[in-house]
Amino acid sequence: MSALGKDPATFYNEFVKGIWKENPIFVQVLGMCPMLAVTNSAINAVAMGGATFFVLVGSSLLVSLLRKAIPKQVRITTYIIIIATFVTVADFTLQALAPAVHKELGAFIALIVVNCLILGRQEAFASKAPLRLALADAVGMAGGFALALLSLGSVREVLGSGSLFGFSLFGPRFEPWVVMILPPGGFIMLGLLLLVFGWAKERRARRAAVELGEAGAGGPAGRGGR
Amino acid sequence: MSEAPNTQEPKEPSGARLALTLAFAGLISGVALVFTYELTKPVIARNREAALRAAVGRVVPGAKSMRKLVWRDGALQPASAADKDAAVLIAFDARGAAVGFAIVTEGPGFQDTIRLIYGFDASTNTITGMEVLESRETPGLGDKIYKDPDFVKQFKKLSVQPSVKLVKKGKGSGTANEVDAITGATISSKAVIKIINTADKTWRSRLGTVDRNKVRAP
Repeated sequence: MSALGKDPATFYNEFVKGIWKENPIFVQVLGMCPMLAVTNSAINAVAMGGATFFVLVGSSLLVSLLRKAIPKQVRITTYIIIIATFVTVADFTLQALAPAVHKELGAFIALIVVNCLILGRQEAFASKAPLRLALADAVGMAGGFALALLSLGSVREVLGSGSLFGFSLFGPRFEPWVVMILPPGGFIMLGLLLLVFGWAKERRARRAAVELGEAGAGGPAGRGGR
Repeated sequence: MSEAPNTQEPKEPSGARLALTLAFAGLISGVALVFTYELTKPVIARNREAALRAAVGRVVPGAKSMRKLVWRDGALQPASAADKDAAVLIAFDARGAAVGFAIVTEGPGFQDTIRLIYGFDASTNTITGMEVLESRETPGLGDKIYKDPDFVKQFKKLSVQPSVKLVKKGKGSGTANEVDAITGATISSKAVIKIINTADKTWRSRLGTVDRNKVRAP
């Protein structure tokens, strides 16, 4: 997608792109399954973000390293093997190091295999980029994904359980909004966050347009396409 | 999605090369997985053991130490190291007196197998506590079988005479063997009760066969 952008392919640009400009959750709207399923508490969000980070960075590095050795016809299969290996390693490691968190995340760790964000980055970027840029891209994308999970997870835990990372915030008199830790709460909060993100982007675009001296022409409508 | 236009490969790679690439990828992946599995296996086993001990402490009031038992030759006997998963544990208090049993059991839940442990007082035929060890019930609904304190609390002093009965919230007749189902998680609640009743049928009569002279606190 960065073919649309005009930023030169530097380490910094590839990194920032995933955090903000092409944030996998808020802009590309990828990886919705883990996003909605495990963000009912901040600690779950951190664990899922960390596991995804490990898998995405690991597979991107490997795919970028092997990009000349993997024949085009079997590339997707090979990527899946690489990703699945990293996911299983992450699964076992989490089970050994943090059994409580692993119990909480359950099947969703294994489901990272089918997170389209990860295969998407291999196909769209790592398979065509040198190691350094692939690393920047993977770290940026995984970082952006983890930050998005954390922001949703914190808000949902604060409202839905009255705590953050397990620490009670409001005392016993707070009546938690149970809906927030249920699936509908995930959709509602995600919608609101997407709204805020879209609004911020639009505002920035309008300001940029004003600076260019073409106010009116470059309004929100001119920024469509996503 | 084109980042940098890929140079087209002029020649089709041979089928053998494709097969070889996949075989090689599979091989490397397999080796990596075996390595990870072997590395994490002891840690995972230790975690499970510690979790089990902590759970026994919670479902059998006053439990300080415990011993695993296995069903062999028509009696419950102390488990040896060769017995991998003992289903029954006997718990002792600080002075070495038996305070109750803990039974580990599992059965189908709503999404996946539910593995749970419950404490049992054989002298009064009551369940003294229940804890879910492993489950994949729906977050927010089915997972209330261990997250809802009102549901879990009901297993603190629950009679199994003649068997545990699940009732709708507020619709029970107040007998000691009733458990209020969780609203919105009827299937998961039912599953827990069924698992306990099945295990109770198997184990209740067997618990009396423990030879108190042979089974002592460790």
